[in-house]
Amino acid sequence: MAAEVLSTSSLVAVENPARPRRAFRLTNLLPRIGFAIYLLALMLPIYWLINMSLRSNEEITSSLAFWPHHPSLQKYFFIFNDPTWVHAFMVSLTYVAINTVISVTVALPAAYAFNRYHFIGDKYLFFWLLSNLMAPAAVYAMPFFNLYYAIGLFDTIWAVALAHCLFNVPVAVWILEGFVAGVPREIDEMAAIDGYSFPRFFIRIFIPLIANGVGVTAFFCFMFSWVEQLLATTLTATDALPFAAVMTRSYSVAGMDWSLLAAAGVLTMIPGALVIWFVRNHIAKGFALGRV
Amino acid sequence: MALHPINHVWEQGRAYALLGPSGCGKTTLLNIISGLIFPSQGRVLFDGKDVTQLPTEQRNIAQVFQFPVIYDTMTVGENLAFPLKNRRMERAAIKARVAEIADLLDLTNDLSRRARALTVEAKQKVSLGRGLVRADVAAMLFDEPLTVIDPALKWHLRSKLKAVHRALDLLMIYVTHDQVEALTFADEVVVMKDGRVLQVASPAQLFERPEHTFVGYFIGSPGMNLIAAKVSDHVAHVSGHDIELGARYPKIKNGDAVIGFRPDFASLAPEGGIPVQVRRIEDLGRRRLARVALGPHEIFANVPEGVSIGGGTAGLSIQQDRLFVYVDDELVLGDRR
Amino acid sequence: MEKPLNNRAWLMVAPVLVLVLFSALLPMMTVVNYSVQDSLGQNQFFWNGDAWFRDLLNPSTEIGARFSDALLRNLSFSLVTLALEVPLGIAIALCLPRGGWAVGPLLVIIALPMLIPWNVIGTMWQIFSRADIGLFGAALTGLGLHYNVTQNAISAWCTIVVIDVWHWTPLIILLTYAGLRAIPDAYYQAARIDAASRWATFINIELPKLQKVLVIAILLRFMQTFMIYTEPFVVTGGGPGSATTFLSIDLVKIALGQVDLGPAAAMSLVYNLITLTICWIFFTIMTQLDRRRYA
Repeated sequence: MAAEVLSTSSLVAVENPARPRRAFRLTNLLPRIGFAIYLLALMLPIYWLINMSLRSNEEITSSLAFWPHHPSLQKYFFIFNDPTWVHAFMVSLTYVAINTVISVTVALPAAYAFNRYHFIGDKYLFFWLLSNLMAPAAVYAMPFFNLYYAIGLFDTIWAVALAHCLFNVPVAVWILEGFVAGVPREIDEMAAIDGYSFPRFFIRIFIPLIANGVGVTAFFCFMFSWVEQLLATTLTATDALPFAAVMTRSYSVAGMDWSLLAAAGVLTMIPGALVIWFVRNHIAKGFALGRV
Repeated sequence: MALHPINHVWEQGRAYALLGPSGCGKTTLLNIISGLIFPSQGRVLFDGKDVTQLPTEQRNIAQVFQFPVIYDTMTVGENLAFPLKNRRMERAAIKARVAEIADLLDLTNDLSRRARALTVEAKQKVSLGRGLVRADVAAMLFDEPLTVIDPALKWHLRSKLKAVHRALDLLMIYVTHDQVEALTFADEVVVMKDGRVLQVASPAQLFERPEHTFVGYFIGSPGMNLIAAKVSDHVAHVSGHDIELGARYPKIKNGDAVIGFRPDFASLAPEGGIPVQVRRIEDLGRRRLARVALGPHEIFANVPEGVSIGGGTAGLSIQQDRLFVYVDDELVLGDRR
Repeated sequence: MEKPLNNRAWLMVAPVLVLVLFSALLPMMTVVNYSVQDSLGQNQFFWNGDAWFRDLLNPSTEIGARFSDALLRNLSFSLVTLALEVPLGIAIALCLPRGGWAVGPLLVIIALPMLIPWNVIGTMWQIFSRADIGLFGAALTGLGLHYNVTQNAISAWCTIVVIDVWHWTPLIILLTYAGLRAIPDAYYQAARIDAASRWATFINIELPKLQKVLVIAILLRFMQTFMIYTEPFVVTGGGPGSATTFLSIDLVKIALGQVDLGPAAAMSLVYNLITLTICWIFFTIMTQLDRRRYA
């Protein structure tokens, strides 16, 4: 072996050193093509719905086309101007927001307790909570109906907001617990030494540390509540109808009002898309840091 | 991460340590050598062959990381055989080589155990073994490999590394922020800070002749005493006292400099020498360390055996040939008289 | 890891407990009540013991047959969709970049199906699968297949499977991606130094490290397919005949449609018990995995 094995001459590296580039091979191209096909298949039904919403019913039933020939926002205007529809959307947004706030608020101390302390029955309690995540909504439809009727909350947004706590509170506790686990205990101890009372420590110090986790949790709570329609329609009649109930009534003399349905459907996607767009960085970071 | 230009030749069979505080660029340098990062400028040559653009798997290197990286689902034997299997070596040869390395690392009894069931330091040995098992490996790179090892067991793994080094005559480059590890392991230490190499020398030379104030300060426990002084020709003025220097320094601008000397080369006596205030004397068993003050400057010095310091003042003497002058943190050589 | 024993922690858990007790236990109590009683109408109930349960679990009775059919349908549905979704989800998650600007937007696009209310999904696919106004239906009939959701049981089944895969593969993708991101770079670097192929890296590094995430993902998905209601209800109404009448649909039909509260309650309890048992099995697997990791 020569005396000089390795020499590094005039090395200067700059910010963001380049990762070695993968060789351009077919085996690298194939997954990308597959990925692109998947994304396409994913967007297709959504695109189709948008397509439907911009065409009139006559156009829909007369011909099958990839894009609207005479695009019109007529159905969207109809929805925005119809009090029933507007009320329904507002109702849905309201109970989802209320539920998210309740679930996250209530879950924060519980998640902390589950992670930091050991108490009698903690494992069983945690398991029972998780099992409520898996509760079939169908099983609870009838009993909820009776319960909320009995306490006079039937047909109000509070009924739905509270009912959704059945699965959203466990979701919130579960996700938050993972993020609480990511904060070292030393921080709690330091705060105690520095003389912080527990409530002050929790609100001023701890919660900002798991901000990403709170964002991820709020997102999931919003999502699960927004998409659930069985309980929402069972527990409401006239005053607090969510949009799903109004959508099932889109019949007219001429049959199903497809373009109206499609327009309503497209509108329901917007809140979800907005929420995930705003929390996208939290989610990406939360995925990297916390335990899902 | 930006590195300043580095020109170095790493010689076969020697052990080098890259030593420096966090963020100094040592891991970046290591990853450039191993091929996990590409430099934006400069070249890496193995035996004269330019490997700068070659990916890791095509260089003859192996790397051990901060935590054990093992394949959970495989046994120890399968772990060790993995790099050879991927390079299509024949089975009998693989088996022989694995047995050889396992013997070297005291892993022979664990060959058929699941790798994830081992202790942390055994796992780190498996990681090491996977690097050694390839006969064509020219350089072993270590990125702070003892970080997760129990302090009581660090010496065991360190001596194993030295034994392996002697047995296989490999080039080893070892990144660490722990000076004890660096100084005991390496033939030559590369001290780095803020992306630049401050000094490359043997541990003894780093101790006896630091070429940079950071090297003086970082190495040794406690490190070098560094005192701001006004140097005029062959005298340093500190807090109204004059200290004789071993050479002439005519070219220092404004006379602003820092003089440095290690506690090991400074001794305290009840009187004589530079008068200092005694703050504390610590008996460390092997030696006694005195903390004294010269004006506003805090200085560490040795108290020789048999000498007892009574009162609050004492006399400090500094070995002249171990008294260095630094300007802008760099060692300045004076003219010998 | 030592956790201090602190029973005052119950105070912190109390709000959660109260809320979920109210939402879960209270209603279940009424269900239990109904399941052991029979009625002659006009709100007069008498004790019926376990008669409803015995009827339910006996495949030769009408309700027993109905229940076991629906149960079988649900189980096979769950297995088929899982077999499709899990490999697909993992494969797509592997294609996502580990970092960079594209991750955020890609995650948003991929998550989109999960954000759509379930009835809208039903409506969307109801349109999409019709031969006259939907691309999917038109394409399939155009290829010469006898595709008709309302009349052909196989078409209905396949459509529901496709809907579920379209709808929920994103969940597997997101969970798997999170699991992959948690793998330290050093493992990939070591694999490259060992000259491991992409497949070998997947089998030896990624898959073992994804175990826990995959168990969670499979549990969630299994439970969700087991409880599926809205999408098949909107698209097929449970038909043709009872081809796609899953457990939830059947239960709601009985409970809200007819006056047979007893059998409905019994079915609810058995249904809930099954989900609880499966949940408990997965939970045990998860804790075992945790214990093995720290062994």
